[in-house]
Formats: sequence, C-alpha cells, structure tokens
Amino acid sequence: MPMPAAEIARMIKQSLPDAEVEIRDLAGDDNHFAAVVVSSAFVGKSKLQQHQLVYKALGGTMGGALHALQLQTMPPK
Amino acid sequence: MAIHDKLQSIVEENEVVLFMKGTPDFPQCGFSGQVVQILNYLDVKYKGINCLESDEIRQGVKEFSNWPTLPQLYLKGEFVGGCDIVREMFQSGELAAVLSEKGIAFKAPAAMKA
Repeated sequence: MPMPAAEIARMIKQSLPDAEVEIRDLAGDDNHFAAVVVSSAFVGKSKLQQHQLVYKALGGTMGGALHALQLQTMPPK
Repeated sequence: MAIHDKLQSIVEENEVVLFMKGTPDFPQCGFSGQVVQILNYLDVKYKGINCLESDEIRQGVKEFSNWPTLPQLYLKGEFVGGCDIVREMFQSGELAAVLSEKGIAFKAPAAMKA
C-alpha cells in the first residue's frame, strides 16, 4: 500500500509546522523515497533524535505503508 | 523470557550488534547491506541478527529502540541508528570516533589516519 510524497510532506509539516520538506521518489513506485527535512525543532538534537521526530510525525506508517525513506535532517542554517 | 529481556541480553553480551534483514554474508535488503559494507570496511567484528527469522524479534526490536525500521546498529548496548545515520556517521568520521571512544576494535582506513 504505497504512500504519495505529498502525504508524507503533509504529515511531517503537521507535526513540524516550520519544516521545509523536500521529497524525491527514488523508484517511481510511491514506496522508496529520499527526504530532506529542515526544521528549528532539530536544534540541539542528535541525528538520532531528529530522525525520531520525523518518524513520530509519520505515525505508524514508517516501515508499514511507507517502505523505505532515506532521511536527511538538519536545523536551519 | 520476555522479548525485551532477550534483546537486552543480546545487546549486552555482544559489543556490536546489527539487527538486520538477512545475514552478514547474505543481506536481504539494500539498507542492511549498506551497514554490513561499512562494518566490513572498518573490519568491525559484529553479531548479525536476522530479523526475518523471527517476527517476535522483528517487532520487538522496533519497540525496544523506539525506531520503526531495520537495520538497527548497537554499540556496547547503545542504539546508534539505522542506515542513514550510520552512513552519515561513517562519512563524517564520527563512527570511527565513537568506535575508538567505546574501545571497539576496528581498522581505520588509510584516508582517516590523521
């Protein structure tokens, strides 16, 4: 049950309102994505914590409907 | 033994543990394969746990680490991250720094020797 990129962006922005989200569909199958997420919520957080914030925003979809998401996170410059 | 205790003892009894899809010799997922390549490149001895063989472990490890996907790398009982984080740490040299900080043997590649 693939998941469209727009839905991923929407879910992330719902939890991280200031987030800038760039998503690339790696395989053209709505199932393998790469995403870059920039948000002030990441300031002072380890990479692990930053990724956990994004996974939390995606609810239970990560590893379920959303099979593969290559994630890059960073606070705003 | 509850799954949480089983996982706790696995990560405590082994310096480096990789919960993955497949085995170190035959990774069955691109992301697991990437971490296997990094660990082999650094010549780190590690225990590979094939989560495809046990749904209990496959689901249990996600709650155990509060991380929804595989692979998952543990160094001396501490969850380090999945494929993206381990790759980023490797490329920045942070992985080698954490390995030496934790006293885990590895072979520093020529490029990394200061």
